[in-house]
Amino acid sequence: MVLDILSWVCLVAGGLVGVVGAVGIHRFPDFFSRQHATGTTDTLCALLILLGLGLQAGLSLAAFKVALIFLFLFITSPAATHALASAAVHSGLDPKRGRTDSEGQS
Amino acid sequence: MMTSLYGAILFLLWLLLSGHYDPLLMGLGIASVGLTVYLAHRMDIFDHESFPVQLTSRLPAFLVFILREIVKSNIDVLKRILSRDPNAVSPRLEEFPLPQKTDLGRVIYANAITLTPGTVSVELTKDSVIVHALAKDIADDLFTGEMARAIPDKVVEP
Repeated sequence: MVLDILSWVCLVAGGLVGVVGAVGIHRFPDFFSRQHATGTTDTLCALLILLGLGLQAGLSLAAFKVALIFLFLFITSPAATHALASAAVHSGLDPKRGRTDSEGQS
Repeated sequence: MMTSLYGAILFLLWLLLSGHYDPLLMGLGIASVGLTVYLAHRMDIFDHESFPVQLTSRLPAFLVFILREIVKSNIDVLKRILSRDPNAVSPRLEEFPLPQKTDLGRVIYANAITLTPGTVSVELTKDSVIVHALAKDIADDLFTGEMARAIPDKVVEP
């Protein structure tokens, strides 16, 4: 019962983080800053949802598999993000600079 | 030595993932693990980078540290997404020196930077990393903060 509540709190919180991350993709100004918004869905959202699923599974092989998914996600997602950012820079996409160092231009 | 350890880990993984414990399937599992280890051995891909056993003892402390950083920076980025203040987001590219001496240490550091939202490592050179940060204080944090201090000790110079 306590586990059920805890797991649902994790699942719902994870879902909320995912939604806010999606809002961020629309609100942020350019490709590079959008990557930070997707970063939240990559990490905290996935973490909370997998934690919630793991609590549902209890101590079993399924929970172990969920932990493995988590581990692989944490190794592969920064590699993919880095590859995207690096490819964008190399193909000449210039990141938008912040207000403090480019006042008035856009 | 490393080869047999690799085989043992692979077989343990096979057992936990399959959940089959009858002789026929376990035999097939052992055969496939044996084939994988043989191929990996022939290709000579075992070294301290592809199979970093020397890091195992430091892994738990690193995981706790990186999870705390991830949760902290996630909350920060989520606040910036929802904030109405136009200055909450002012992205920039900055170059940071890399204190690590080995390639593996550098890659782990760059990956840790990417894994915490708000900073993405864009390019990795021999002694520095170019980071895209979501705002000035996030970038400054990387210079002075926990990440800069803790990662060189926690991660791991083989």
